[in-house]
Amino acid sequence: MLHIKCPHCGLRSQNEFSYGGDGTIKRPELNKEISDQDWNNFVYNRKSPRGKHVELWQHISGCRQWIKVQRDTVTHEIFQTADVKQDIK
Amino acid sequence: MSQDFRLEKIGLINRNKKISFKFNGKKYFGYEGDTLASALIANGIHLVGRSFKYHRPRGFFGAGVDEPYAIVQLYRNNETEPNVRATEQELFEGLEAKSVNCWPSVNFDIGAINNFLNIFFPAGFYYKTFMWPKSFWYKIYEPFIRKAAGFGAASPNHDKEIYEHKYEYCDVLITGSGPSGLASAYAAAKNGAKVILAEDKPRFGGSLLTDDVNIGNQSGKDWAKNIISELKEMPNVIIKNRAQVFGYYDHNMLVMSERISDHLPKTNKYKPKQKLWYIRAKEVIISSGSIERPIVFGNNDTPGVVLSSAAKEYLKVYGVLVGKKPLIFTNNDSAYETAIEFKKNGINSIVLDSRKNPNSEIINDAKNLGIDIKFSHVVVSANGYKKVKSAEISKISDDKEELGKVESILCDCICVSGFWTPTIHLASQSGNKTQFNSKIDAFIPGKSKQNETTVGSANGLFSLEETLKDSFDAGYRLSKKITNKDDKLKVPQVSEKKSSKHDKFWCVPLPKGRNYKRFLDFQNDVTVSDVELAIREGYRSIEHVKRYTTLGMATDQGKTSNLNGLQLVSNIENKIVPSVGHTTFRPPYTPVSIGAIVGREVGKHSKPTRKSPMHFWHEKHNAVFVDAGIWLRPRYYKQGNENLFEASKREAANVRKNVGVCDVTTLGKIDIKGPDAAEFLNRVYTNAWLKLPVGKARYGVMLREDGIVMDDGTTTRISENHYHMTTTTAQAANVLSHLEYYLQFVWPDLNVNVVSTTEQWAGAAIAGPKSRELMQKLFPNLDCSNQALPFMGYTESNLFGVPARIFRISFSGELAYEVNVESNNGNYMWEKIIEIGKEFKIQPYGTEALSTLRIEMGHVAGSELDGRTIPYDNGLEGLLSKKKDFIGKRSLTKQAFVATNRQRVVGVVPLDRKTGIPEGSHLVKNVNEKKPNPKLGHISASCWSVEYDNPFSLAILKDGKNMIGQKLFAVSPLKNISIPVEIVSSHYVDPKGERVRS
Repeated sequence: MLHIKCPHCGLRSQNEFSYGGDGTIKRPELNKEISDQDWNNFVYNRKSPRGKHVELWQHISGCRQWIKVQRDTVTHEIFQTADVKQDIK
Repeated sequence: MSQDFRLEKIGLINRNKKISFKFNGKKYFGYEGDTLASALIANGIHLVGRSFKYHRPRGFFGAGVDEPYAIVQLYRNNETEPNVRATEQELFEGLEAKSVNCWPSVNFDIGAINNFLNIFFPAGFYYKTFMWPKSFWYKIYEPFIRKAAGFGAASPNHDKEIYEHKYEYCDVLITGSGPSGLASAYAAAKNGAKVILAEDKPRFGGSLLTDDVNIGNQSGKDWAKNIISELKEMPNVIIKNRAQVFGYYDHNMLVMSERISDHLPKTNKYKPKQKLWYIRAKEVIISSGSIERPIVFGNNDTPGVVLSSAAKEYLKVYGVLVGKKPLIFTNNDSAYETAIEFKKNGINSIVLDSRKNPNSEIINDAKNLGIDIKFSHVVVSANGYKKVKSAEISKISDDKEELGKVESILCDCICVSGFWTPTIHLASQSGNKTQFNSKIDAFIPGKSKQNETTVGSANGLFSLEETLKDSFDAGYRLSKKITNKDDKLKVPQVSEKKSSKHDKFWCVPLPKGRNYKRFLDFQNDVTVSDVELAIREGYRSIEHVKRYTTLGMATDQGKTSNLNGLQLVSNIENKIVPSVGHTTFRPPYTPVSIGAIVGREVGKHSKPTRKSPMHFWHEKHNAVFVDAGIWLRPRYYKQGNENLFEASKREAANVRKNVGVCDVTTLGKIDIKGPDAAEFLNRVYTNAWLKLPVGKARYGVMLREDGIVMDDGTTTRISENHYHMTTTTAQAANVLSHLEYYLQFVWPDLNVNVVSTTEQWAGAAIAGPKSRELMQKLFPNLDCSNQALPFMGYTESNLFGVPARIFRISFSGELAYEVNVESNNGNYMWEKIIEIGKEFKIQPYGTEALSTLRIEMGHVAGSELDGRTIPYDNGLEGLLSKKKDFIGKRSLTKQAFVATNRQRVVGVVPLDRKTGIPEGSHLVKNVNEKKPNPKLGHISASCWSVEYDNPFSLAILKDGKNMIGQKLFAVSPLKNISIPVEIVSSHYVDPKGERVRS
């Protein structure tokens, strides 16, 4: 079970969080023309990287904030967590 | 009955307390502190079971978790438990156990014929035999395999025992209380760390209980006792016996199962049987010790062949002799301790040592005691069927290839020692890449992956002096990192006997002309020839060899067999062991009860139960409840002998005719506030929201980004920047997360806050032609006319002193209102509605009637919004704004979503107007079509239309728009019926929606 540091509440067990997918995906702006391909990439296509990956989690049983978590998909090591508005490089 | 194999003066058992127990129906005695195994051996019982494949007699091999043989069926508290290791089960008054895998009895087992048919049971037997003919599979092969599989039988009853879960945090977790565990726990605790020390056995001390060593100026056993009592007094130490740390998971989370009542005759009513500990440790010290490995020889599975360390443990801990004429077979020094212990207790043993001329202190001690030692000698085969009677022994050449003259020697047990295998399971589970150490011919942990440190013999250190030095240091070093304290203890002086090097030898060659079975894996009957066959047949990877031969599988997971299996594969393949590698160590290290894993989350505690504030009223009025998400909702209110169908029909008809009231508290409610709330709703819902006036509600549909309908509901503008959103009961949590996602991540610039208010409001839907008259009486000061409070209107008023929100919305399709009051006033509201509604013939209605009403009105709900449909499919395309963008809009231009013959919701009635159509039925054109008959659609919801008094269903049908009037068949293969049906509009009742607006 992972141990995730919520930037608002501190270190908590994974069972307080729910997983929210790839954190690097940016939703296309509203009312903007977009090709089928770009839209499909946004909706469906995700990379499955081996190693470092920035993903979203929501602290559903805590502060209910969505957060960013940089995790190693092989070892589960968590390098960094941040408020969802911040970028993780 | 006297215990012929019990010694008078030795052991840690309590001789003042005699305990009676039953094995295979026969009564025996043991003492408090015995295991079932030690008590049986004391009584001279060595035959406890039959082996898995060949049904060969099985006795005891070890004295703890590594035991591959002695698996029994246990009876306790009028219940039965399978797969209990007799070597671990402590004796309690009235214990009953039975042998498994034998019929009619362990002494005379019909299945033993397999032993003589072994030519038919080679490696991969299952894969080779159960291939064909196909028709045999269901009736013959599967029942056969099921009967043959496993050892014991699970109880068919509900497990009434309590199992608990506990979460704990600590600085240093130490797994095992042998010398290395005690030393590191002591050093860490003295340096201020919060320590958990876990010991799998009932007694602390590990090898110190049986080894003849001194620490400081006391015996190892006394040193252990003193350290334990000191640790027990320390407030920063949790110390648990009967506790097995069985799994090492991510981020230093370890799981331990503690046996709290397994050793007691009956569980205290409030005391759990077992407790599962989830421990998050900053540092883990693995001090799990090592397990002696066997040497492979002919018929080495005969009862009476035991590990030399187990023989010593039975002697020193339990005062029990595994035999009175022992033969000891070893390739290293540690077996001499067993020989010396036997000698001290008046038993003369013969030691066969495979080494040519070893020399060490302990060997000299043994010689001086007059013990008969034969170097360069091996056991070729054990003789005897149900118990060892003699052994074939022989001299062996220096290269270990050639046997000399084989001679017979009388003995009643063979204690075997093939050196030690470190218990590296936990380190490996943590992700540690283990490495082969050729000095000890075994794997030890390599570089740590998580914060884990392995000490003592688990790390390949077999000298006590080194072990203590290393363990004291680990405890000090790791605790210092956490506590920043610097209290370093002095490592005590040790006296122990130095060992000479062990022999690599592990398998005795077959003498010419003999073809003994030589077992590698005792639990699964895997022999040397099975592995040889697997390799001849082309299996190379050790993982494949394991699965093909079942080597190292089942409940002991090869604790005594894995390494010898690896040796064999590497010998045949002419590879070195490290390049063969070992199979993956996965949790759990030892079997864990399903009950312990589940804990308290069984039965009604498997999920929370949510009840509305009116729940007890419903209960009192004969409501029959149904699970709706995690809520309990009244399904119908039973009157007299009514069944579900009759009651729901009555309730629904009363809504259509008079007025009904339904508890709608469970609907998800989300409070939305902020200057950008209107803009936010406009993006979330598919229709327009910017111009919704204060005091008005609107129906909205929200999509996922892929264009699929996510949820629907009404949202009401309470004031300028304040909205009240409702969601379906099931989707409430998902919708809240969805809104939070967009507000926090996608559009953080929007100034909006959302919060769930589902539990803050109690809701009652009042529906039916007489609902306005009722409302007027409930709210005498409020103008309830259609002009003042029109359809989709909202107002606030006061219900006999209680503030209320009033929404004119309708799910039933009738003139209807929804009243919300604060939850604690819910029951008050409900009783007032019922009381005043009496003169209008009000009846409460449940979810079944609610469904009937919405289905015949053609209102879509969860069964149509099933995560596969877009707005068009549900007839909701009119709600798609063309003027603005919204979540999921771009996806609706996908080719598949604009196809003109897309599926669409339709109404379905049976031609006979009598036969109800089962939900889930498929719609087909021709019932006699060749299979697979093309499916045109499916029945999503069915009811009995109270308006027309005939069955009516909704369906999602391909090209539904153009199918109205068509005749099709609804087929349900599950119920084996096909019903001729007609497709009609989904709006079966009041298609123009006049009633809601009246």
